[in-house]
Amino acid sequence: MSALLAPESEARGLRKLGEPRERERDRRPKSPGRKVARVLGYVVLIIAAFGILLPFFWMVSSSLKGANEVFSVPITWFPEEAKWSNYYEIWFESGMLTWLKNTLLLSVVVTFLQVLTGSFAAYGFARMRFPGRDVLFLVYVGTIAVPWQSYMIPQFILLSNLKVSNTLWAIILLQAFGAFGVFLMKQFYETIPEELSEAARLDGLSEYSIWRRIMLPLSVPALASLALLTFVATWNDYLGPLIYLRNPDLWTVQLGLKSFVSNLFDTNYALLFAGLTISVIPIAIIFALGQRYFVEGIATSGLKG
Amino acid sequence: MTTAVAPKADASPITPRRRRSRLKLRNSLIGWSFILPNFIGFALLTLVPVVTLFYMSLTNWNVFGKADWVGIANFQRLIGDGSFRTSVVNTLYYSAMHIPLTLVVSLGLALLLNNKLRGAKYFRTAAFFPYITSIVAIAMVWNLMFSPDYGPINQILRFIGIENPPGWLTSTDWAMPAVVIVSTWRDMGYYMILFLAGLATVPRELYEAARVDGANALQRFVNVTLPGLRPTTFFVTVMLTINSFKIFDLILVMTDGGPGQATLVMSQFIYRKGFEESQFGYASAAAVALFFMCIIVTVVQFLINKRRNA
Repeated sequence: MSALLAPESEARGLRKLGEPRERERDRRPKSPGRKVARVLGYVVLIIAAFGILLPFFWMVSSSLKGANEVFSVPITWFPEEAKWSNYYEIWFESGMLTWLKNTLLLSVVVTFLQVLTGSFAAYGFARMRFPGRDVLFLVYVGTIAVPWQSYMIPQFILLSNLKVSNTLWAIILLQAFGAFGVFLMKQFYETIPEELSEAARLDGLSEYSIWRRIMLPLSVPALASLALLTFVATWNDYLGPLIYLRNPDLWTVQLGLKSFVSNLFDTNYALLFAGLTISVIPIAIIFALGQRYFVEGIATSGLKG
Repeated sequence: MTTAVAPKADASPITPRRRRSRLKLRNSLIGWSFILPNFIGFALLTLVPVVTLFYMSLTNWNVFGKADWVGIANFQRLIGDGSFRTSVVNTLYYSAMHIPLTLVVSLGLALLLNNKLRGAKYFRTAAFFPYITSIVAIAMVWNLMFSPDYGPINQILRFIGIENPPGWLTSTDWAMPAVVIVSTWRDMGYYMILFLAGLATVPRELYEAARVDGANALQRFVNVTLPGLRPTTFFVTVMLTINSFKIFDLILVMTDGGPGQATLVMSQFIYRKGFEESQFGYASAAAVALFFMCIIVTVVQFLINKRRNA
């Protein structure tokens, strides 16, 4: 089953990436060839960075343009006059507020449930011995390789029969019980020395107290990784809401923005860009704050496509 | 909830053996109680649907929930269905472009960053950002960037002297390459980080030794870096393959399968048959095909990995 994981050596490497690395000074003499290569390296890096950030730059700059300025020849990279009213307009004249509220609610609830049930189950898999445990874990891991697209139809029929289709519950159920959280947390728990739990057991702590008072506090970095990855995945999800949420009052920000384009005959693209920028800002903030947790969480998140 | 084993006023003396088996049962129950909250959701939302999928694919399940057993008729119909064949070909075409391109770009960037260039850390952050931005947002921004007449991409292309830049999403030939550009742009930072992690595990001494032996940069790359990276490269290739086979939301937002059927992929075929035409049984047959494509890749990876570790 380790076949599904990033190679063990890699997990170590990823951990290393998260740590601040000592700057190693290169003591070899600098030949002209090496200097040229270094300069070339910087040139490539700068061009690549430019290419990576261009769409974001264009999105933000266009969000401040007039309606006719977005597609002008030649392109205006900077709006002549920043039109902040675009933000005002999309905020108050579309369902933006409702969409954001729904998305935030879903992301918070899903993240809470995923972290709670995931880390709880992971303790069972990592530290308890009982018949059927290994088979069950194999089933968990096995389903990670199964694309959601292949079972979205039976899942939809099931949830429709349970009468949760077209409610926010559908998305919560859909996202909150993934195998992914169990998996990531189990990997982490197995790095915590067994002796700690042994000692606690001798002191008379129940397994539940060991999980809550020893494992949870020790696994804060892993919990942070899981929480951030889950939050972002739920915030960005498009297909789940597309299939399940028909009622515009339930739409998430992704659905809302998509409808903004398809519904208006002549979309004001500057407004659209303002909406897109608003939808990306929370993710950008979360990413800026928790960057290293994302990188560390990747060792297992490779499974989450 | 731990007291599932109710303490009985037991008349018989408790033998050590009985105590042990009781303890075992207690332990099992506690173990299950940990897993249960997640497992109930997991079973309901994932296991049951996956099992149902196979059953559905052998019926003509429709929107009214009426399902008659039709055997392999759905699969026979799939083989003769031109749209399905197109979707398979397009999925493979997309994969054939996306996998090597992303491999080369992400490995190249990782090698570059591994040279301790100044600002590498910021670059890493920037490169990873597209991966965690929503697909809807990036697809819409790129869609407009690709506008044939006024979009920035074609304006830049004209500026550097290309008279007739491609029509991108409006052209049957260029729509798929446009999708590949966006998905590569989105994924490369992610795989770059995996490669960087792999590079961090290649022992520095090996490079030194190779240098002492007079190996040039290319020789060092071929004889030290590539062998050291093999597990990573392998893992990345498998992830890329599975993710390419199931490509969906990006295409749904960017092209919706068009123009014509130029970018119709398997996931979208399943979605259309299922959710737009309500042919649940038939859509499930196509989903079974996608299921096996991904499982086969995983199993092959598992076997090769096992042989290597043996």
